[in-house]
Amino acid sequence: MSANLVALWYLAASVCFILALKGLSSPESARRGNAFGVAGMAIAVVTTAAVVAKGHIDLILAAMAIGGTIGAIVSRRVQMTQMPELVAAMHSLVGMAAVLIAVAVVNNPGAFGEHDPLPRGNRLELFIGSFVGAVTFSGSVIAFGKLAGLGKKFRLFSSAPVTFKGQHPLNLVLALVMVGFGFAFFLAEGRAWMPFLVMLAIAFSLGVLIIIPIGGADMPVVISMLNSYSGWAAAGIGFSLNNSMLIIAGSLVGSSGAILSYIMCKAMNRSFISVIMGGFGAAEGAAAAGGGDKTVRSGSAEDAAFLLANAESVVIAPGYGLAVARAQHAVKEMAQKLIAKGVSVRYAIHPVAGRMPGHMNVLLAEAEVPYDQVFEMEDINGELGTTDVVLVLGANDVVNPLAHEKGSPIYGMPIIEAHKARTVLVNKRSMAAGYAGLDNPLFYMDKTMMVFGDAKKVVEDIVKALA
Amino acid sequence: MTGTIDPTVINLVVFVLAVFVGYHVIWNVTPALHTPLMSVTNAISSVIIVGAILAAGPSEADFGSILGAVAVGLASINVAGGFLVTQRMLEMFRKKARKVENEAEKK
Repeated sequence: MSANLVALWYLAASVCFILALKGLSSPESARRGNAFGVAGMAIAVVTTAAVVAKGHIDLILAAMAIGGTIGAIVSRRVQMTQMPELVAAMHSLVGMAAVLIAVAVVNNPGAFGEHDPLPRGNRLELFIGSFVGAVTFSGSVIAFGKLAGLGKKFRLFSSAPVTFKGQHPLNLVLALVMVGFGFAFFLAEGRAWMPFLVMLAIAFSLGVLIIIPIGGADMPVVISMLNSYSGWAAAGIGFSLNNSMLIIAGSLVGSSGAILSYIMCKAMNRSFISVIMGGFGAAEGAAAAGGGDKTVRSGSAEDAAFLLANAESVVIAPGYGLAVARAQHAVKEMAQKLIAKGVSVRYAIHPVAGRMPGHMNVLLAEAEVPYDQVFEMEDINGELGTTDVVLVLGANDVVNPLAHEKGSPIYGMPIIEAHKARTVLVNKRSMAAGYAGLDNPLFYMDKTMMVFGDAKKVVEDIVKALA
Repeated sequence: MTGTIDPTVINLVVFVLAVFVGYHVIWNVTPALHTPLMSVTNAISSVIIVGAILAAGPSEADFGSILGAVAVGLASINVAGGFLVTQRMLEMFRKKARKVENEAEKK
């Protein structure tokens, strides 16, 4: 195949990838989009395999068969609550693949149609691609550990931030030293293994150091950020191989992750820098609500069931606690019972309701909640004033009306305006403060009734009481 | 102006335009599908498998081709896992749409 023909096939694959992402603008077109993605990948792989047809195609096919089988098994077995872990694990694989390819390029540039020794420009690109890949790998491994709750076995995986004195200066120094070795690699003659490998080693440790100080609750940002990095790593490798398809696919993924990080930061009212600096949420759960003189009205699941059954309209605001308690199926059952009684039931989703962007939507979809009952925060907020009952399940900061008060630490954070409803039911395990460490005035309002207990247990009790 | 354009400059042109396309396409993705977006971008970024195949390909196998083969394996996990799990999630969004239609038809 001529180089031009290869480039044209790669162009076709790139267009397929763009269409795959475009399809995700609605659930109806998304499956066709995914088919485009698969087609693009097939074109890319077959075209490249044709380029190396005279070489070790057997080796390549064997590796693809093994990897493909593992991927297929994992994709079947994974639970929807484990999606954040799976995505983190997959980011690490992209990062590692980028590093391995970069090492192979340094080892034998000729195999990639490059000049041997590698020209300076390509070395610079290779340096960028491989260090981003290395950071993506080790950072994603740490993120995976934190998300999978491996903190008890290994302290680096602790979901609480791991901080130590001089952390940020150390990171800065390491980053500068890494760039220094990268520069040495750029200037060196021949293979230049030493600066390249030192640079890689520092990049691997930087990935670990960057992610450990970030608390578990900031994971939606971290996972989006690593998504972005994995794309930039692919684009960097694309630059060094002069492969436009890798550049295009990498840039699409890179900008996707960047936009998701931005959306998540905005939804948490945090700046990207403050998330990266980490340490936030260290006192999580420690700051119990200080409102000793304020009274809370609490009720049983039966009381809640009575209120819900007698409402005309109910909006359910699920949060992280619901996902932790895996109560989504019970919630769906409750909603069905209410709908059968003629109550209108809708769901209000805050962008950071789950553990990754869009996670809560998938969890509800898995519980077969029809997606026309599920509304994004900004679409339903205007209607909460005329809603009879808002049921808050395992959410706290995302319904905290302090966000509307100037001077409060979370001022400006977008919230689900549950306090505007006629009656508010809040299910929580205890009165402990949320992730932001703030008391929540919503809980002390006259129209609010607290139902304490595990979300799943409480919802199941409500279902029983409704029968 | 004379001479040929350096490939790096062409790469840069492609890169900048692709970032713009990505920016506009991604903002159109509905927030409800942000998790499938992440898993499908994961699958797409594993198109890095192309580089891995080139590394594994040379007829004279050496250290580099072994690394390449490992990279092919890693990327294949992502290709298969990424697209299949995305499909699985999107099916969930579909099933209910059908059910809703069916229920509507019954009424």
